[in-house]
Amino acid sequence: MSNNNETKGIWKVIGASSLGTLIEWYDFYIFGSLAVVIANQFFPKTNPTAALLSTLATFAAGFIVRPFGALVFGRLGDLVGRKYTFLLTLVLMGGSTFAIGCIPSYESIGFLAPILVLIFRLIQGLALGGEYGGAATYVAEHAPIHRRGYFTSWIQTTATLGLFISLAVILMTRHFLDADPTKSIAKFNDWGWRIPFWISILLVGVSIYIRLKMAESPMYSKLKAEGKTSVNPLKESFGHKANLKMVLLALFGATMGQGVVWYTGQFYAQSFIENVCKVEFDQSRTILIWGILFATPFFVIFATLSDKIGRKWIMLSGMFFAIISYNYLFTSLFNIADAKQKTEIVAKTTIDTTYKTIEALSSDSPDSLRKVVTKTFYTDGMTMVHTKTDTAYNTIGKHTLKPVIAISKTLSSSDYWKMVGIVFILILYVTLVYGPIAAFLVELFPTKIRYTSMSLPYHIGNGVFGGLTPFIATLLTTIYVDNKIVGLMYPIVIATVCLVIGAIYINNRIDPEVDR
Amino acid sequence: MNAIKRYAGIIWIILGPIAIHYLLQTASSEIAKKPGIDTQIQWGVFITVFYPIAIGFILFGLYALEGNYDHVPEASAELTDYDSKPL
Repeated sequence: MSNNNETKGIWKVIGASSLGTLIEWYDFYIFGSLAVVIANQFFPKTNPTAALLSTLATFAAGFIVRPFGALVFGRLGDLVGRKYTFLLTLVLMGGSTFAIGCIPSYESIGFLAPILVLIFRLIQGLALGGEYGGAATYVAEHAPIHRRGYFTSWIQTTATLGLFISLAVILMTRHFLDADPTKSIAKFNDWGWRIPFWISILLVGVSIYIRLKMAESPMYSKLKAEGKTSVNPLKESFGHKANLKMVLLALFGATMGQGVVWYTGQFYAQSFIENVCKVEFDQSRTILIWGILFATPFFVIFATLSDKIGRKWIMLSGMFFAIISYNYLFTSLFNIADAKQKTEIVAKTTIDTTYKTIEALSSDSPDSLRKVVTKTFYTDGMTMVHTKTDTAYNTIGKHTLKPVIAISKTLSSSDYWKMVGIVFILILYVTLVYGPIAAFLVELFPTKIRYTSMSLPYHIGNGVFGGLTPFIATLLTTIYVDNKIVGLMYPIVIATVCLVIGAIYINNRIDPEVDR
Repeated sequence: MNAIKRYAGIIWIILGPIAIHYLLQTASSEIAKKPGIDTQIQWGVFITVFYPIAIGFILFGLYALEGNYDHVPEASAELTDYDSKPL
């Protein structure tokens, strides 16, 4: 068969599959990216930390149900076909995302609001659990045998590009709601955050239209025509040692490490830059956007390379580099923004103190809310805004025990690009581990149970081990408060175990044939 | 290489219970430190999710020790129809 014939129509298949998967990732990530705003809207405001934790828990719940989605939709995909299954996941994802954007706030409808958010978030997780395996399988089963890595790599770019688009849409919406930037941000926090959720329904509509026109996977159609499809994909996938051992190997020798590297390089990096380095909102996001933009082509490059030299060592090298360099790279990120290592221009420092009277219930001389904003300039061009808010009591000797402190740093241009460079390296590791993994998983399992068998280890590895990375890493920093990079212990330990297992047990094969 | 694969299985079998023990110990100390529904839910989720994964890890070690990974399929032709060979 000539190369042209082999690839005939494959780009339509890739386009239709990738667009839908990209939209699903977009839908999934706007929720995570807007965690703080959503916390204010839907969870009781008595304790902001509790509100944020509630959202993060909801976020984690989204990841935890992903493996269940993999089982439900994987089974369906092996029973009725890939095409209609991943159409269904797209409808569920788009519908629930749009619905989240329409839920009235906690102030309007009380506890029904967070309950509805949780329900739709769980549906999102289920849908995502079914989507990826379907798209990867669908493309792989259309692709020429010797170029499966290259063609599935386009599906692999969608997760990162979905994050990229979600960040870009959020930033644009945040700044274009009013000519005055402060008012625009206020409007965004009030109601504008709903726009990214509403946009989803348009994107999903287009994607459904395109996918409806696609045919079923040729390999699956062949099996169906021969009456050889699986009767019980779950039993065949997990009830037989010969296949279960491959599912376990895929999880502990590949996807587990891939998941933590993926989430550390992107989500945790952004969270670290914003919450530990205290870099301001826009810069912390645009740093990630640039890093993603520069690194994304490497998904395709490394996956194509894996067609020639095998998947194993490319994926494992990503884990290896991550393990040995995470501490250094994250320490460098911290040092770049560390005010203690910079020289302050004392003459330029400004201190602005404002008082706002607190309405008194039974006193003629009410207390005041005091806000002290200190703006510090540094010789390298960085500026730091330190805001301290407390209560100025009228009673002599009485003072606020724990004032609210907020720090926001704006980096100089050179430091900004240094951070972009480090984030680029972190995402480069992501491209090493993630680029070839769809082809790797497809080649482990026979066609009749492929959707089910590859979806579960992928979503436990990526969803559970990976998805919980920012959460567990943040948790570790609250337990060991003095160590700023202690959160990295989790991804490093998981990636190390995965690297050892992968190196010992995985074959570095390039399968010439997937026809079962 | 097969000997390494098998002996390493013992490590995975031991690591499973250690991971469960560490998880339960950290959960109980954290809940004791910060009693409250948030902490309980958070750690409840972790235990619910990671407990079966740790069991799977022990099973992986057991399979390795038994020599089930001595030969891993090297081509699709080796991928089996599993109907006739249940666990």
